[in-house]
Amino acid sequence: MAVVTLHVDGMAVAVPAGAPLLQALTAAGVTLPTLCHHPRLSPVAACRLCLVELEGAPRPVPACVTAAAEGQRLATDTPALRQGRRLIVELLFAEGNHPCAVCVADGDCELQDAAQRVGMDRVTVPYRHPPRQVDASHPLFLLDHHRCILCSRCVRVCDEIEGAHVWAMAERGGRTRLIAGLDQPWGAVDSCTSCGKCVAVCPTGALVTREDVPLSPWPGP
Amino acid sequence: MTPAEPSAVLLRLCDASGCRAAGATALAGALAAGLEGLTSGGPPPRLKPVGCLRLCSRGPLLAVDRDGISTLYGGLSPAQMPALLALACGRGEPAPIRSAALAGHVVDHRQPFFALQRPLVLETCGCVDPTDLDDALAHGAYRQLQRLLATATPAQVRAEVRRSGLRGRGGAGYPTGLKWETVALQPPGPRLVVANGDEGDPGAFMDRSILEGDPHRLIEGLAIAAYAVGARQGYIYVRAEYPLAIARLRRALDQVRDRGLLAGTGAGSFAFTPELRVGAGAYVCGEETALLASIAGGRGIPRQRPPFPAQEGLGGCPTLINNIETLAALPALLRMGGDAHAAIGPPTCPGTKVFSISGAVVHTGLVEVPMGTSLRTVVLTMAGGVPDGTGSDGGIKAVQTGGPSGGCLPASLLDTGIDYDVLRVLGSSLGSGGLVVLDHRCAMPELARQFMAFCAGESCGKCVPCRAGTVQLADLLDQLVQGRASAADLERLVQLAEVVQRTSLCGLGQTAPNPLFSTLRHFRGDYLERLQPLAPWQS
Amino acid sequence: MTAALPPAKPRLRLATVWLMGCSGCHMAFLDLDEALVSLADRYDIVHSPVLSDRKVFPEGVDVCLVEGAVSSVDNLAMARRLRLRSRLVVALGDCAVTGNVTALRNQHPDGLAGVLQRCWGQAVPPADSPLPPLLERVLPLHAVIRVDLVLPGCPPEPGCIGRLLASLG
Repeated sequence: MAVVTLHVDGMAVAVPAGAPLLQALTAAGVTLPTLCHHPRLSPVAACRLCLVELEGAPRPVPACVTAAAEGQRLATDTPALRQGRRLIVELLFAEGNHPCAVCVADGDCELQDAAQRVGMDRVTVPYRHPPRQVDASHPLFLLDHHRCILCSRCVRVCDEIEGAHVWAMAERGGRTRLIAGLDQPWGAVDSCTSCGKCVAVCPTGALVTREDVPLSPWPGP
Repeated sequence: MTPAEPSAVLLRLCDASGCRAAGATALAGALAAGLEGLTSGGPPPRLKPVGCLRLCSRGPLLAVDRDGISTLYGGLSPAQMPALLALACGRGEPAPIRSAALAGHVVDHRQPFFALQRPLVLETCGCVDPTDLDDALAHGAYRQLQRLLATATPAQVRAEVRRSGLRGRGGAGYPTGLKWETVALQPPGPRLVVANGDEGDPGAFMDRSILEGDPHRLIEGLAIAAYAVGARQGYIYVRAEYPLAIARLRRALDQVRDRGLLAGTGAGSFAFTPELRVGAGAYVCGEETALLASIAGGRGIPRQRPPFPAQEGLGGCPTLINNIETLAALPALLRMGGDAHAAIGPPTCPGTKVFSISGAVVHTGLVEVPMGTSLRTVVLTMAGGVPDGTGSDGGIKAVQTGGPSGGCLPASLLDTGIDYDVLRVLGSSLGSGGLVVLDHRCAMPELARQFMAFCAGESCGKCVPCRAGTVQLADLLDQLVQGRASAADLERLVQLAEVVQRTSLCGLGQTAPNPLFSTLRHFRGDYLERLQPLAPWQS
Repeated sequence: MTAALPPAKPRLRLATVWLMGCSGCHMAFLDLDEALVSLADRYDIVHSPVLSDRKVFPEGVDVCLVEGAVSSVDNLAMARRLRLRSRLVVALGDCAVTGNVTALRNQHPDGLAGVLQRCWGQAVPPADSPLPPLLERVLPLHAVIRVDLVLPGCPPEPGCIGRLLASLG
């Protein structure tokens, strides 16, 4: 196994050649917030939180998919990177509906963790408060679109590990949303094996186990 | 522009989308019916559908080739049919061209709009019948391919293209020869070529015109590229919004397959099978990794590069992706030779470029000029500037280049010679070649908002800064346009735009702020005059 | 040689304001319990819905804790007023910082009219309604005025409120 040496914030570390830069960061004791990354799933470089500056590269590169090579010099904590990370987390909070106080994932949420890590004390872009839906059609699980950050971990785990292909993304841009089956209620998708892997990898409270959410019918106004 | 038979009169009717929209189909029907009813002797005039005749604003256009002289008529309707027929049949009668019925319809083809053009890519567009392979062959189609297959090795073809200095016409201006070399030199295994016809910039219709007017030129160019990089299979990706281009290309592909024109046994045995792929309506599929995902049948979603498609493309194979215009430039380039091509225009950016001109100008349409031609020549001398525009800049306020990933150049920079590098230095980009001329009624913040809303709508939704950032930027620009933004908001807007530019995954997000930045740079006053003072409770 | 006593710090004027919220943040403030007494060494409470009877927001406030989101025309006017009269404005609790539960109504696809229709059966409040007109959208405090500090939580930990005030005083 070829080993390469590179520098992370000035510290020399050795990792296998071609390993993702995230591994070099870990070796250097640097942990960056990540949201789309999951160690068991293929990387997609979508959340852009693991961007680092690579000497000689025209723009920051995502550490999750960039291959380690001999002599690379990385900076992980420049003012521009910090500003970018914070604003990206703010954009996520503004894009969906994330009142942590009434969320089942409060205290166990990677988005919340990321906000703390990047020092987000307030969201400076306007909240969009999109009207979204809750899909409670599955007998065991629940999908709350308000809390979905479109990281696609569920899509990948269902494809790459469970092989059931229940999840996909539909539409595009700000209208992008997670769909089950052919845009059906989750409970109506026959290919779902109810394995719960999507719930396990969801970084927020978008996919949860129903027993965590005591649901009683609302009596109405 | 030689008529097929010396004695016959040829009526070349522009049958491209622009003229069709202006009524070419009705005119064609009337002319065909009129020709059928002719009883006089002599060789009957021939009506021939052709591709773009360039001056779209005067459509429908008809060129009459008679006695070695071509006359162009514009703004025609079936009402002019009898006069046109009389003209086509009236051999020997005195100057029917000046017939009163056609007086207002003669288009002077000596005017700069036509005279300053240097057609290479479009050399047979407007002459050749895009539905007729024999006509294309008569105009020289596939001659370069056959010559190269018989006499040149792929490495020699690549060397010739490298020597020509040709740069990709899709917008990035990457050296074509270098890209070919990268694909060709990958480890042994299958390679693929792809023609990118997902032309989506508002105001751009160069590729559409090539596909509608001269599809065989593109197919020949693609086959040459395939030969040069060692590919046996290829795709032509065309956006679904170009139905006429798709129909003509499909027909042309059937024709070459039936004739076996894309094969040879000369220097290297070669058989090439291109396939057509039609997009599903996503602008982002012009980005090469999204385009490949779409060809493979998935959602048109880009992925991080590297690896570049030249290293790992369709099915993991090295894949060459070139723009339609780049490929269509090859037959003429290889005919004249790399050195002759390199001598056209600036040495760093040689060749000709097709521009589609629209917006506030007298003449809108398609022009092909040498690279390095000044904006002034193109939009003022050739296109005539703003109708009733006055002053040395012809009433032009700015020229928008490069669509949503480009920018605006102010009238003060009209003397800029157009090439990739110069425009980039000035904060814009040449892009694929759409030029939209803006007059003084255009407010730049509104233009920036328009483009930002376009990018927000076309973002694929994969990466956060582009998906969520462009939406916020469009809203902030909305506020600014409506006079509800402060200087602090403008600062915030710029900050956010910088983050979107720096952190987005693909070119769409990375360039989405360009119209904002370039208009801020050149027209800051347009922004400042809309700002509201900060309220005391906000400061 | 005599040891100089440290100069006495000036007492600070503290106000608390309750915009659109559940009063939970004020309850958390009261949950400081006996610590409130030691705060009184440093602060004069000059305006508060739970600790003072004064109805008019005074001038010259040093620190103003604001609970709740900005939901009505009255909230907006109050927010502006308190900003102009306070040196330091603290957004206290999630409603003030993010909009939180108060802002859930923004999700209604028909906007404010849809919310009113849902709650009161009519999209427009009666002309003689004594209630302050609602804003089209609920906003966090920093969206309408400059905010110096934020103290999140639903409600914030009383200890955090105490430490914040102790550090400012």
